[in-house]
Amino acid sequence: MIGLSTSVATKPAGLDEVTDCAPHVTIRGLCKRFTDTPIYEGFDLDIPRGKLISVFGPNGCGKSTLINMIAGLIPPDAGEVLFEGRPLSRVKFGYVFQNYREALFPWLRAFDNVAYPLKLMGVAKAERDRRVEHLVARLGVKIDLSLYPYQLSGGQQQLVSIMRALIVEPEILFLDEPFSALDYEMTLFMRDQLQRVFMETATTTLLVSHDLEEAVYLSDYVLLLSRHPARVVELVPFDAARPRTDRTMSEPGFVATKAHCLKLFQREVRRG
Amino acid sequence: MTRSNAFLPLVGVAILLAVWSLVSWLSLIDPVLLPSPEATFRTLWYGMIGGKLGADFVKTVVRTISSTAIAAVIAIPLGILLGSSEKLYRSVEFLIDFFRSTPASAMFPLFLVLFGVGDRTKISVATFGAALVILFNVAYGVMNARKTRLLAAKVMGASRTRVLFDVMLKESLPQTFVGLRNGVSLALVIIVVAEMFIGSTDGLGMRVFEAQQLFDMPGMYAAIFAAGALGYSLNLLFLVIERRFVHWAGR
Repeated sequence: MIGLSTSVATKPAGLDEVTDCAPHVTIRGLCKRFTDTPIYEGFDLDIPRGKLISVFGPNGCGKSTLINMIAGLIPPDAGEVLFEGRPLSRVKFGYVFQNYREALFPWLRAFDNVAYPLKLMGVAKAERDRRVEHLVARLGVKIDLSLYPYQLSGGQQQLVSIMRALIVEPEILFLDEPFSALDYEMTLFMRDQLQRVFMETATTTLLVSHDLEEAVYLSDYVLLLSRHPARVVELVPFDAARPRTDRTMSEPGFVATKAHCLKLFQREVRRG
Repeated sequence: MTRSNAFLPLVGVAILLAVWSLVSWLSLIDPVLLPSPEATFRTLWYGMIGGKLGADFVKTVVRTISSTAIAAVIAIPLGILLGSSEKLYRSVEFLIDFFRSTPASAMFPLFLVLFGVGDRTKISVATFGAALVILFNVAYGVMNARKTRLLAAKVMGASRTRVLFDVMLKESLPQTFVGLRNGVSLALVIIVVAEMFIGSTDGLGMRVFEAQQLFDMPGMYAAIFAAGALGYSLNLLFLVIERRFVHWAGR
């Protein structure tokens, strides 16, 4: 089920349908301040397993901070994050940075970039190669992986980043505005690549987005955050069938969901 | 670059040679002070193949390369160590900057007392100068490793040692090569100066100095050109090595 903190203003719709499913991630009492500004104060959230959740909210509300705390990149001041009762140290996860140019290793070929996490885990070379080939085939990736990252386009580099995150077969995948540095054409292509990855792997996915269209298009739930200190304004479900296409974006369900999110978002922005 | 553009660098050379030939032909400057290009290059050619100049050239090359190599062996590991801890670096930063700013030539008398007259003094002063330049660059290279890249490695579960060797070291390589190129240039300057005095019997510095004392102007210009060619080649050599090993630099 998706339990939400008591501070939730609006009771989210559509939660009762998933009550049979135990949450994958439970966040309790999360606190974080930057200098004197409280970004999170007693933040609670349950994240369902195998769903794609887009995190959306006003600028500076702490969207990235949230996934960074869950992924252990930033230590919270207080509170706890558990993955079906386990701490992060016992969880295999993948993280995709916004800045692929600085996140990939330019001294390694794309193939070795993807294989690097396996190398860290002590997997033998032959097995690493086999697993990368397998992932490439599974995702239908058509990139020449013998090239160096700087020889690839931005979208291709980000796809390599995503593959690097997926190679360990993570149980949860974090993406921090993964497409915001790409041009629109490439963004559209990459959305569908990510959708394919998600349909193929059904990995619990947390996606920070600053683009509402993208947030709704990709997600099972849009997590709308308030201005800081961040609260869950609403966890908006979007259950259009996958694969979603351009046509999805003109369907009434999509339009209504997006309009609903926008209304809540603007109410939050005005409150600031 | 189009083919015609590839020849552009030669234009400056051609102009210099033309002006030089003209001045020399019209005897605008006393030929004793400025010999003709032909005389100079003839001296350079015969000096380099089988003459004394060639032997001195080799001596200077060996000294410069030895100094740079020793400096690199000392400074690169030390630079990595200092760079991997910003606190550590900040605590010795002043010392490094101070001695880096001290003209190495001011250290000759001290090193003469320590190592006596001979190769050891020349090489140690040049090593001293080059090592500080390399050290400073390596440390900065390590310190300025992209935070995202370090974080990426950490998030993938890399240990501190793995991060150091797999990421920081690679990240510092472009800056390390900047240090090596500056270091070898400085080493050459110091070696040539050192060869000019303190009882030197060989090397390009001694060759330039001796030719001047004997009023052998073609010989002096030839030695100067030899030194210039050496400096240029060393820089080029390091650039070629850099392009090969740090293919990602600036991309």
